[in-house]
Amino acid sequence: MTVTTKIKNRYSLKVTSLILFLCVWQFASIWIDVDVLPSPARVASSIHEHLFAGDLLSSVAITLARVGVSFFIAMAFGVAVGVLMGRNRNWDAALDGLLILSLNLPALVVIILCYLWFGLGEFAAVLAVSINKFPIVVVNMREGAKAVDMDLLQVTQAFKVSPYRTFFKVYLPQLYPYLLASARSGLALVWKIVLVVELLGRSDGVGFKLGIYFQFFDITSILAYSFAFIFVVMIIELLVIAPLDRRLMEWR
Amino acid sequence: MSAVSVEILKKIYNNGVSSQSSVTALENFRLEIKRGEFTCIVGPSGCGKTTLLNLIGGLDKNFEGVISVNGVSPQRSSAVGYMFQSPRLMPWLNVGQNVGLVVDKEPNKDKKIKELLSEMELDKFINAYPKSLSGGMRRRAALARAFITEPDLLLLDEPFLSLDVPVANRLRKMLLNLCKRRSATAVFVTHDLREAIYLGDRLVFMSGTPGRVVLDLLVDLPSQRLPEDPDVERFRHNLLEQHPRLLAGLIEDTESVGNT
Repeated sequence: MTVTTKIKNRYSLKVTSLILFLCVWQFASIWIDVDVLPSPARVASSIHEHLFAGDLLSSVAITLARVGVSFFIAMAFGVAVGVLMGRNRNWDAALDGLLILSLNLPALVVIILCYLWFGLGEFAAVLAVSINKFPIVVVNMREGAKAVDMDLLQVTQAFKVSPYRTFFKVYLPQLYPYLLASARSGLALVWKIVLVVELLGRSDGVGFKLGIYFQFFDITSILAYSFAFIFVVMIIELLVIAPLDRRLMEWR
Repeated sequence: MSAVSVEILKKIYNNGVSSQSSVTALENFRLEIKRGEFTCIVGPSGCGKTTLLNLIGGLDKNFEGVISVNGVSPQRSSAVGYMFQSPRLMPWLNVGQNVGLVVDKEPNKDKKIKELLSEMELDKFINAYPKSLSGGMRRRAALARAFITEPDLLLLDEPFLSLDVPVANRLRKMLLNLCKRRSATAVFVTHDLREAIYLGDRLVFMSGTPGRVVLDLLVDLPSQRLPEDPDVERFRHNLLEQHPRLLAGLIEDTESVGNT
Protein backbone atom coordinates (compact mmCIF):
# COMPACT_ATOMS: atom_id res chain seq x y z
CA MET A 1 0.00 0.00 0.00
CA THR A 2 1.49 3.37 -1.02
CA VAL A 3 1.89 6.30 1.38
CA THR A 4 -0.72 8.35 -0.52
CA THR A 5 -3.24 5.52 -0.27
CA LYS A 6 -2.57 5.19 3.46
CA ILE A 7 -3.12 8.96 3.97
CA LYS A 8 -6.32 8.83 1.89
CA ASN A 9 -7.56 5.90 3.97
CA ARG A 10 -6.84 7.76 7.21
CA TYR A 11 -8.76 10.84 5.98
CA SER A 12 -11.70 8.75 4.84
CA LEU A 13 -11.78 7.10 8.29
CA LYS A 14 -11.87 10.53 9.94
CA VAL A 15 -14.69 11.73 7.71
CA THR A 16 -16.64 8.49 8.12
CA SER A 17 -16.48 8.65 11.92
CA LEU A 18 -17.68 12.27 11.86
CA ILE A 19 -20.59 11.40 9.54
CA LEU A 20 -21.46 8.45 11.78
CA PHE A 21 -21.48 10.72 14.85
CA LEU A 22 -23.84 13.18 13.08
CA CYS A 23 -26.16 10.32 12.07
CA VAL A 24 -26.32 8.95 15.63
CA TRP A 25 -26.97 12.47 16.92
CA GLN A 26 -29.71 13.04 14.31
CA PHE A 27 -31.48 9.78 15.20
CA ALA A 28 -31.08 10.41 18.94
CA SER A 29 -32.68 13.84 18.57
CA ILE A 30 -35.72 12.20 16.95
CA TRP A 31 -36.17 9.81 19.88
CA ILE A 32 -35.39 12.35 22.61
CA ASP A 33 -37.30 15.62 23.04
CA VAL A 34 -35.95 18.07 20.43
CA ASP A 35 -35.69 20.84 23.04
CA VAL A 36 -33.37 18.67 25.15
CA LEU A 37 -31.30 17.38 22.24
CA PRO A 38 -31.69 19.57 19.16
CA SER A 39 -30.78 17.94 15.84
CA PRO A 40 -27.51 18.81 14.03
CA ALA A 41 -29.52 20.59 11.35
CA ARG A 42 -31.21 22.76 13.95
CA VAL A 43 -27.84 23.60 15.59
CA ALA A 44 -26.39 24.47 12.17
CA SER A 45 -29.34 26.75 11.48
CA SER A 46 -28.85 28.34 14.91
CA ILE A 47 -25.14 28.97 14.14
CA HIS A 48 -26.19 30.65 10.88
CA GLU A 49 -28.76 32.77 12.71
CA HIS A 50 -26.34 33.87 15.49
CA LEU A 51 -23.64 34.52 12.94
CA PHE A 52 -25.65 36.90 10.76
CA ALA A 53 -28.35 38.21 13.09
CA GLY A 54 -26.63 37.89 16.48
CA ASP A 55 -23.19 38.56 17.91
CA LEU A 56 -21.59 35.13 17.57
CA LEU A 57 -18.66 36.48 15.56
CA SER A 58 -17.76 39.23 18.06
CA SER A 59 -18.18 36.83 21.03
CA VAL A 60 -15.90 34.28 19.40
CA ALA A 61 -13.36 37.02 18.57
CA ILE A 62 -13.33 38.28 22.19
CA THR A 63 -12.90 34.76 23.60
CA LEU A 64 -10.22 33.98 21.03
CA ALA A 65 -8.28 37.10 22.04
CA ARG A 66 -8.40 36.01 25.71
CA VAL A 67 -7.34 32.50 24.73
CA GLY A 68 -4.44 33.88 22.66
CA VAL A 69 -3.09 36.24 25.34
CA SER A 70 -3.43 33.67 28.18
CA PHE A 71 -1.90 30.95 26.03
CA PHE A 72 1.20 32.99 25.15
CA ILE A 73 1.72 34.19 28.74
CA ALA A 74 1.42 30.63 30.11
CA MET A 75 3.68 29.21 27.40
CA ALA A 76 6.37 31.90 27.75
CA PHE A 77 6.67 31.68 31.52
CA GLY A 78 6.05 27.92 31.59
CA VAL A 79 8.83 27.23 29.07
CA ALA A 80 11.31 29.46 30.91
CA VAL A 81 10.60 27.97 34.35
CA GLY A 82 10.34 24.40 33.03
CA VAL A 83 13.71 24.60 31.25
CA LEU A 84 15.28 26.19 34.35
CA MET A 85 13.97 23.34 36.54
CA GLY A 86 15.04 20.71 34.04
CA ARG A 87 18.58 22.06 33.76
CA ASN A 88 19.26 23.00 37.38
CA ARG A 89 18.74 20.55 40.23
CA ASN A 90 18.65 23.29 42.89
CA TRP A 91 15.89 25.20 41.10
CA ASP A 92 14.06 21.92 40.55
CA ALA A 93 14.21 21.10 44.26
CA ALA A 94 13.23 24.63 45.26
CA LEU A 95 10.22 24.89 42.95
CA ASP A 96 8.99 21.29 42.87
CA GLY A 97 6.76 21.65 45.94
CA LEU A 98 5.16 24.80 44.55
CA LEU A 99 4.65 23.08 41.22
CA ILE A 100 2.80 20.15 42.81
CA LEU A 101 0.71 22.61 44.81
CA SER A 102 -0.22 24.63 41.72
CA LEU A 103 -1.00 21.46 39.73
CA ASN A 104 -3.51 20.42 42.38
CA LEU A 105 -5.09 23.82 42.87
CA PRO A 106 -8.61 23.64 41.39
CA ALA A 107 -9.10 25.92 38.38
CA LEU A 108 -12.26 27.33 39.90
CA VAL A 109 -10.44 28.38 43.10
CA VAL A 110 -7.80 30.23 41.07
CA ILE A 111 -10.48 32.02 39.04
CA ILE A 112 -12.48 33.06 42.12
CA LEU A 113 -9.36 34.24 43.97
CA CYS A 114 -8.15 36.27 40.97
CA TYR A 115 -11.56 37.96 40.67
CA LEU A 116 -11.64 38.65 44.42
CA TRP A 117 -8.08 40.01 44.55
CA PHE A 118 -7.93 41.94 41.28
CA GLY A 119 -11.61 42.68 40.58
CA LEU A 120 -13.87 41.55 37.75
CA GLY A 121 -11.55 42.87 35.05
CA GLU A 122 -9.64 41.70 32.01
CA PHE A 123 -6.38 41.43 33.93
CA ALA A 124 -7.84 39.03 36.51
CA ALA A 125 -9.48 36.94 33.77
CA VAL A 126 -6.28 36.51 31.75
CA LEU A 127 -4.18 35.96 34.87
CA ALA A 128 -6.54 33.23 36.14
CA VAL A 129 -6.38 31.34 32.84
CA SER A 130 -2.59 31.70 32.59
CA ILE A 131 -2.06 30.47 36.17
CA ASN A 132 -4.17 27.40 35.44
CA LYS A 133 -2.21 26.49 32.32
CA PHE A 134 1.27 27.49 33.55
CA PRO A 135 2.13 24.42 35.76
CA ILE A 136 1.20 21.97 33.01
CA VAL A 137 3.62 23.68 30.62
CA VAL A 138 6.31 23.67 33.33
CA VAL A 139 5.96 19.90 33.89
CA ASN A 140 6.16 19.19 30.14
CA MET A 141 9.16 21.45 29.56
CA ARG A 142 10.99 20.20 32.64
CA GLU A 143 10.83 16.67 31.24
CA GLY A 144 11.95 18.00 27.86
CA ALA A 145 14.95 19.79 29.35
CA LYS A 146 15.92 16.68 31.32
CA ALA A 147 15.79 14.59 28.15
CA VAL A 148 18.19 16.88 26.23
CA ASP A 149 21.05 14.77 24.86
CA MET A 150 24.25 16.01 26.52
CA ASP A 151 26.39 14.16 23.97
CA LEU A 152 25.00 16.39 21.24
CA LEU A 153 25.65 19.50 23.31
CA GLN A 154 29.21 18.28 23.81
CA VAL A 155 29.69 18.48 20.04
CA THR A 156 29.06 22.23 20.11
CA GLN A 157 31.34 22.55 23.13
CA ALA A 158 34.14 20.68 21.34
CA PHE A 159 33.87 22.88 18.25
CA LYS A 160 33.41 26.10 20.27
CA VAL A 161 30.05 26.84 18.63
CA SER A 162 28.54 30.12 19.85
CA PRO A 163 25.90 29.93 22.63
CA TYR A 164 23.34 31.49 20.25
CA ARG A 165 23.84 28.81 17.59
CA THR A 166 23.99 26.08 20.23
CA PHE A 167 20.64 27.17 21.64
CA PHE A 168 18.77 27.52 18.34
CA LYS A 169 20.37 24.68 16.37
CA VAL A 170 20.98 22.02 19.02
CA TYR A 171 19.11 22.74 22.27
CA LEU A 172 15.77 24.10 21.07
CA PRO A 173 15.12 21.40 18.41
CA GLN A 174 15.29 18.79 21.18
CA LEU A 175 12.52 20.66 23.00
CA TYR A 176 10.21 20.94 19.96
CA PRO A 177 8.20 17.74 20.67
CA TYR A 178 7.56 18.93 24.22
CA LEU A 179 6.72 22.46 23.03
CA LEU A 180 4.25 21.13 20.49
CA ALA A 181 2.65 18.78 23.03
CA SER A 182 2.31 21.71 25.46
CA ALA A 183 0.83 23.92 22.74
CA ARG A 184 -1.70 21.28 21.67
CA SER A 185 -2.89 20.37 25.17
CA GLY A 186 -2.62 24.03 26.15
CA LEU A 187 -4.92 25.32 23.46
CA ALA A 188 -7.58 22.77 24.34
CA LEU A 189 -7.32 23.46 28.07
CA VAL A 190 -7.04 27.25 27.87
CA TRP A 191 -10.21 27.78 25.87
CA LYS A 192 -12.21 25.62 28.25
CA ILE A 193 -10.97 27.62 31.25
CA VAL A 194 -11.59 30.91 29.43
CA LEU A 195 -15.27 29.95 29.11
CA VAL A 196 -15.53 29.41 32.89
CA VAL A 197 -13.73 32.71 33.52
CA GLU A 198 -16.15 34.53 31.19
CA LEU A 199 -19.15 32.80 32.71
CA LEU A 200 -18.14 33.85 36.23
CA GLY A 201 -16.94 37.38 35.78
CA ARG A 202 -17.05 38.91 32.30
CA SER A 203 -19.83 40.62 30.38
CA ASP A 204 -18.83 39.40 26.93
CA GLY A 205 -17.36 36.42 25.12
CA VAL A 206 -18.63 32.90 24.42
CA GLY A 207 -18.64 31.93 28.12
CA PHE A 208 -20.83 34.90 29.03
CA LYS A 209 -23.25 34.02 26.23
CA LEU A 210 -23.40 30.38 27.35
CA GLY A 211 -24.35 31.63 30.83
CA ILE A 212 -27.25 33.64 29.42
CA TYR A 213 -28.53 30.77 27.25
CA PHE A 214 -28.23 28.46 30.26
CA GLN A 215 -30.60 30.74 32.18
CA PHE A 216 -33.09 30.53 29.28
CA PHE A 217 -32.57 26.76 28.93
CA ASP A 218 -31.72 27.40 25.26
CA ILE A 219 -29.77 24.23 24.49
CA THR A 220 -29.72 24.91 20.73
CA SER A 221 -27.87 28.22 21.21
CA ILE A 222 -25.52 26.66 23.78
CA LEU A 223 -24.55 23.98 21.24
CA ALA A 224 -24.37 26.56 18.43
CA TYR A 225 -21.87 28.69 20.35
CA SER A 226 -19.88 25.66 21.51
CA PHE A 227 -19.58 24.15 18.04
CA ALA A 228 -18.70 27.51 16.50
CA PHE A 229 -15.79 27.85 18.90
CA ILE A 230 -14.72 24.21 18.52
CA PHE A 231 -14.67 24.87 14.78
CA VAL A 232 -12.36 27.88 15.29
CA VAL A 233 -9.97 25.86 17.49
CA MET A 234 -9.94 23.07 14.89
CA ILE A 235 -9.05 25.62 12.21
CA ILE A 236 -6.14 26.85 14.38
CA GLU A 237 -4.95 23.26 14.83
CA LEU A 238 -5.29 22.59 11.10
CA LEU A 239 -3.72 25.81 9.80
CA VAL A 240 -1.15 26.61 12.48
CA ILE A 241 -0.18 23.75 14.80
CA ALA A 242 -0.34 20.79 12.39
CA PRO A 243 1.78 22.50 9.66
CA LEU A 244 4.24 23.67 12.34
CA ASP A 245 4.44 20.10 13.66
CA ARG A 246 5.07 18.75 10.15
CA ARG A 247 7.76 21.35 9.49
CA LEU A 248 9.62 20.97 12.79
CA MET A 249 9.36 17.18 12.90
CA GLU A 250 10.07 16.58 9.20
CA TRP A 251 13.34 14.78 10.03
CA ARG A 252 11.46 12.03 11.88
CA MET B 1 56.76 24.88 20.54
CA SER B 2 54.70 21.68 20.74
CA ALA B 3 51.26 21.60 19.18
CA VAL B 4 49.96 19.84 22.28
CA SER B 5 51.55 19.78 25.70
CA VAL B 6 49.97 17.58 28.37
CA GLU B 7 50.99 17.32 32.01
CA ILE B 8 48.25 15.72 34.07
CA LEU B 9 49.13 15.10 37.69
CA LYS B 10 45.79 13.58 38.50
CA LYS B 11 42.34 13.26 37.00
CA ILE B 12 39.76 11.86 39.39
CA TYR B 13 36.10 11.00 38.78
CA ASN B 14 33.96 11.40 41.86
CA ASN B 15 31.17 8.89 41.40
CA GLY B 16 29.51 9.37 44.78
CA VAL B 17 29.65 11.14 48.08
CA SER B 18 32.34 8.97 49.71
CA SER B 19 36.00 9.16 48.72
CA GLN B 20 36.00 5.37 48.20
CA SER B 21 33.72 5.69 45.20
CA SER B 22 36.08 8.06 43.37
CA VAL B 23 38.22 6.68 40.53
CA THR B 24 41.62 8.00 39.46
CA ALA B 25 41.44 7.91 35.67
CA LEU B 26 44.85 9.43 34.85
CA GLU B 27 47.95 9.93 36.97
CA ASN B 28 51.33 11.52 36.15
CA PHE B 29 50.50 11.59 32.45
CA ARG B 30 52.97 13.58 30.37
CA LEU B 31 52.90 13.97 26.59
CA GLU B 32 54.31 16.43 24.05
CA ILE B 33 53.02 16.26 20.48
CA LYS B 34 54.80 17.98 17.59
CA ARG B 35 52.99 20.01 14.95
CA GLY B 36 51.76 17.84 12.06
CA GLU B 37 52.39 14.59 13.96
CA PHE B 38 49.83 11.76 13.83
CA THR B 39 49.91 10.27 17.32
CA CYS B 40 47.99 7.13 18.19
CA ILE B 41 47.10 6.58 21.82
CA VAL B 42 46.78 2.85 22.45
CA GLY B 43 45.51 1.24 25.60
CA PRO B 44 43.00 -1.19 27.05
CA SER B 45 39.33 -0.30 27.48
CA GLY B 46 38.72 1.98 30.43
CA CYS B 47 42.34 3.18 30.75
CA GLY B 48 41.38 6.83 30.33
CA LYS B 49 41.90 7.37 26.59
CA THR B 50 38.61 9.18 26.08
CA THR B 51 39.19 11.16 29.28
CA LEU B 52 42.54 12.28 27.87
CA LEU B 53 40.92 13.46 24.61
CA ASN B 54 38.19 15.29 26.53
CA LEU B 55 40.83 17.09 28.56
CA ILE B 56 42.87 18.03 25.46
CA GLY B 57 39.67 19.15 23.72
CA GLY B 58 38.67 21.34 26.66
CA LEU B 59 35.47 19.38 27.34
CA ASP B 60 36.58 18.70 30.90
CA LYS B 61 38.39 21.28 33.05
CA ASN B 62 38.33 19.34 36.28
CA PHE B 63 41.87 17.97 36.69
CA GLU B 64 45.21 18.69 38.33
CA GLY B 65 47.88 19.74 35.86
CA VAL B 66 48.43 21.85 32.76
CA ILE B 67 47.40 21.29 29.14
CA SER B 68 48.15 23.67 26.31
CA VAL B 69 47.08 23.50 22.67
CA ASN B 70 49.11 25.72 20.36
CA GLY B 71 50.34 27.58 23.43
CA VAL B 72 46.93 28.37 24.92
CA SER B 73 44.52 26.52 27.19
CA PRO B 74 42.21 24.01 25.42
CA GLN B 75 39.18 26.19 26.23
CA ARG B 76 40.73 29.14 24.36
CA SER B 77 42.04 27.16 21.42
CA SER B 78 39.59 27.45 18.55
CA ALA B 79 41.26 25.41 15.81
CA VAL B 80 40.33 21.96 17.12
CA GLY B 81 38.30 19.31 15.30
CA TYR B 82 36.75 16.42 17.19
CA MET B 83 35.48 13.07 16.02
CA PHE B 84 33.67 11.09 18.68
CA GLN B 85 33.19 7.33 18.99
CA SER B 86 29.67 7.71 17.60
CA PRO B 87 29.12 10.27 14.80
CA ARG B 88 26.87 12.46 17.00
CA LEU B 89 25.09 14.10 14.07
CA MET B 90 22.03 16.20 14.88
CA PRO B 91 19.08 14.10 13.60
CA TRP B 92 17.03 17.23 12.76
CA LEU B 93 19.75 18.73 10.54
CA ASN B 94 20.59 17.40 7.10
CA VAL B 95 24.16 16.43 6.18
CA GLY B 96 25.06 19.89 4.86
CA GLN B 97 23.60 21.61 7.90
CA ASN B 98 25.36 19.19 10.24
CA VAL B 99 28.72 19.93 8.66
CA GLY B 100 27.99 23.68 8.60
CA LEU B 101 26.82 23.72 12.23
CA VAL B 102 30.35 24.11 13.56
CA VAL B 103 31.21 26.98 11.20
CA ASP B 104 29.82 30.38 12.06
CA LYS B 105 29.51 33.16 9.50
CA GLU B 106 32.09 32.61 6.82
CA PRO B 107 31.97 33.96 3.24
CA ASN B 108 32.62 30.67 1.41
CA LYS B 109 30.88 28.41 3.89
CA ASP B 110 28.51 26.72 1.42
CA LYS B 111 31.26 26.20 -1.14
CA LYS B 112 33.54 24.67 1.48
CA ILE B 113 30.80 22.32 2.67
CA LYS B 114 30.11 21.16 -0.88
CA GLU B 115 33.81 20.62 -1.61
CA LEU B 116 34.39 18.66 1.56
CA LEU B 117 31.29 16.54 1.08
CA SER B 118 32.34 15.86 -2.48
CA GLU B 119 35.72 14.70 -1.17
CA MET B 120 33.86 12.39 1.21
CA GLU B 121 31.63 11.21 -1.66
CA LEU B 122 28.62 12.56 0.17
CA ASP B 123 27.73 15.43 -2.18
CA LYS B 124 24.59 13.63 -3.35
CA PHE B 125 23.42 13.33 0.24
CA ILE B 126 23.86 16.96 1.24
CA ASN B 127 20.10 17.31 1.90
CA ALA B 128 19.63 13.87 3.47
CA TYR B 129 18.87 13.43 7.16
CA PRO B 130 21.27 11.23 9.18
CA LYS B 131 18.66 8.52 9.75
CA SER B 132 18.63 7.78 6.02
CA LEU B 133 22.42 7.28 5.91
CA SER B 134 24.44 4.11 6.52
CA GLY B 135 26.86 3.87 9.46
CA GLY B 136 29.86 4.53 7.20
CA MET B 137 28.20 7.55 5.59
CA ARG B 138 27.43 9.03 9.00
CA ARG B 139 31.09 8.64 10.00
CA ARG B 140 32.13 10.34 6.75
CA ALA B 141 29.78 13.21 7.54
CA ALA B 142 31.30 13.45 11.03
CA LEU B 143 34.77 13.44 9.47
CA ALA B 144 33.73 16.27 7.14
CA ARG B 145 32.42 18.19 10.15
CA ALA B 146 35.73 17.68 11.93
CA PHE B 147 37.64 19.10 8.95
CA ILE B 148 35.36 21.97 7.91
CA THR B 149 36.95 24.33 10.43
CA GLU B 150 40.40 23.52 8.96
CA PRO B 151 41.65 22.54 12.40
CA ASP B 152 45.29 22.60 13.46
CA LEU B 153 44.51 19.78 15.85
CA LEU B 154 42.23 16.84 15.23
CA LEU B 155 41.06 14.65 18.10
CA LEU B 156 39.66 11.26 17.14
CA ASP B 157 38.15 8.87 19.65
CA GLU B 158 38.01 5.35 18.14
CA PRO B 159 36.04 6.83 15.24
CA PHE B 160 35.96 3.68 13.11
CA LEU B 161 34.95 1.26 15.85
CA SER B 162 32.32 -1.33 14.89
CA LEU B 163 32.50 -0.54 11.17
CA ASP B 164 33.09 -3.36 8.74
CA VAL B 165 36.69 -3.70 7.57
CA PRO B 166 36.44 -2.31 3.98
CA VAL B 167 34.46 0.74 5.11
CA ALA B 168 36.80 1.39 8.05
CA ASN B 169 39.87 1.11 5.80
CA ARG B 170 38.37 3.48 3.26
CA LEU B 171 37.71 6.01 6.01
CA ARG B 172 41.24 5.57 7.39
CA LYS B 173 42.66 6.39 3.95
CA MET B 174 40.44 9.45 3.70
CA LEU B 175 41.57 10.59 7.14
CA LEU B 176 45.25 10.18 6.29
CA ASN B 177 44.84 12.09 3.01
CA LEU B 178 43.04 14.96 4.70
CA CYS B 179 45.56 15.17 7.53
CA LYS B 180 48.47 15.15 5.11
CA ARG B 181 46.99 17.78 2.81
CA ARG B 182 46.06 20.12 5.63
CA SER B 183 49.15 19.41 7.77
CA ALA B 184 46.92 18.79 10.77
CA THR B 185 48.18 17.41 14.05
CA ALA B 186 46.12 14.36 15.02
CA VAL B 187 45.60 12.52 18.28
CA PHE B 188 43.92 9.21 17.48
CA VAL B 189 42.66 6.98 20.27
CA THR B 190 42.35 3.26 19.59
CA HIS B 191 42.73 -0.13 21.21
CA ASP B 192 43.54 -1.71 17.85
CA LEU B 193 47.32 -2.15 17.45
CA ARG B 194 47.22 -2.75 13.69
CA GLU B 195 45.14 0.37 13.14
CA ALA B 196 47.58 2.38 15.25
CA ILE B 197 50.63 1.12 13.31
CA TYR B 198 48.95 1.77 9.98
CA LEU B 199 47.87 5.32 10.82
CA GLY B 200 50.36 6.69 13.31
CA ASP B 201 53.72 8.45 13.06
CA ARG B 202 54.02 7.73 16.73
CA LEU B 203 52.47 5.26 19.18
CA VAL B 204 51.85 6.09 22.81
CA PHE B 205 50.82 3.14 24.98
CA MET B 206 48.84 3.63 28.14
CA SER B 207 48.65 1.44 31.22
CA GLY B 208 45.42 0.28 32.80
CA THR B 209 43.68 2.50 35.36
CA PRO B 210 45.04 4.94 36.40
CA GLY B 211 46.25 5.64 32.88
CA ARG B 212 49.82 6.80 32.30
CA VAL B 213 52.33 6.53 29.45
CA VAL B 214 54.14 3.18 29.54
CA LEU B 215 55.68 3.15 26.06
CA ASP B 216 56.26 5.91 23.53
CA LEU B 217 57.79 5.03 20.16
CA LEU B 218 58.02 6.34 16.60
CA VAL B 219 56.74 4.24 13.73
CA ASP B 220 59.76 4.11 11.41
CA LEU B 221 57.86 2.83 8.38
CA PRO B 222 57.38 4.46 4.96
CA SER B 223 54.66 7.10 5.19
CA GLN B 224 52.85 5.79 2.09
CA ARG B 225 52.18 2.41 3.70
CA LEU B 226 49.06 0.34 3.22
CA PRO B 227 47.27 -1.65 5.92
CA GLU B 228 48.14 -4.92 4.21
CA ASP B 229 51.86 -4.05 3.84
CA PRO B 230 54.15 -6.73 5.31
CA ASP B 231 56.03 -3.91 7.08
CA VAL B 232 52.98 -3.16 9.20
CA GLU B 233 52.64 -6.80 10.24
CA ARG B 234 56.41 -7.08 10.88
CA PHE B 235 56.37 -3.95 13.04
CA ARG B 236 53.48 -5.34 15.04
CA HIS B 237 55.13 -8.73 15.40
CA ASN B 238 58.43 -7.18 16.61
CA LEU B 239 56.57 -4.95 19.03
CA LEU B 240 54.71 -7.85 20.56
CA GLU B 241 57.98 -9.81 20.81
CA GLN B 242 59.91 -6.97 22.42
CA HIS B 243 57.21 -6.00 24.89
CA PRO B 244 55.25 -9.17 25.60
CA ARG B 245 54.58 -8.34 29.24
CA LEU B 246 53.84 -4.73 28.58
CA LEU B 247 51.36 -5.38 25.84
CA ALA B 248 49.83 -8.62 27.07
CA GLY B 249 46.32 -8.01 28.18
CA LEU B 250 46.56 -4.31 27.42
CA ILE B 251 45.62 -4.41 23.80
CA GLU B 252 42.74 -6.08 22.12
CA ASP B 253 44.84 -7.04 19.15
CA THR B 254 42.00 -7.19 16.67
CA GLU B 255 42.29 -8.25 13.08
CA SER B 256 40.34 -5.33 11.69
CA VAL B 257 43.03 -3.56 9.64
CA GLY B 258 44.65 -5.16 6.67
CA ASN B 259 42.42 -8.16 6.22
CA THR B 260 40.32 -6.71 3.47
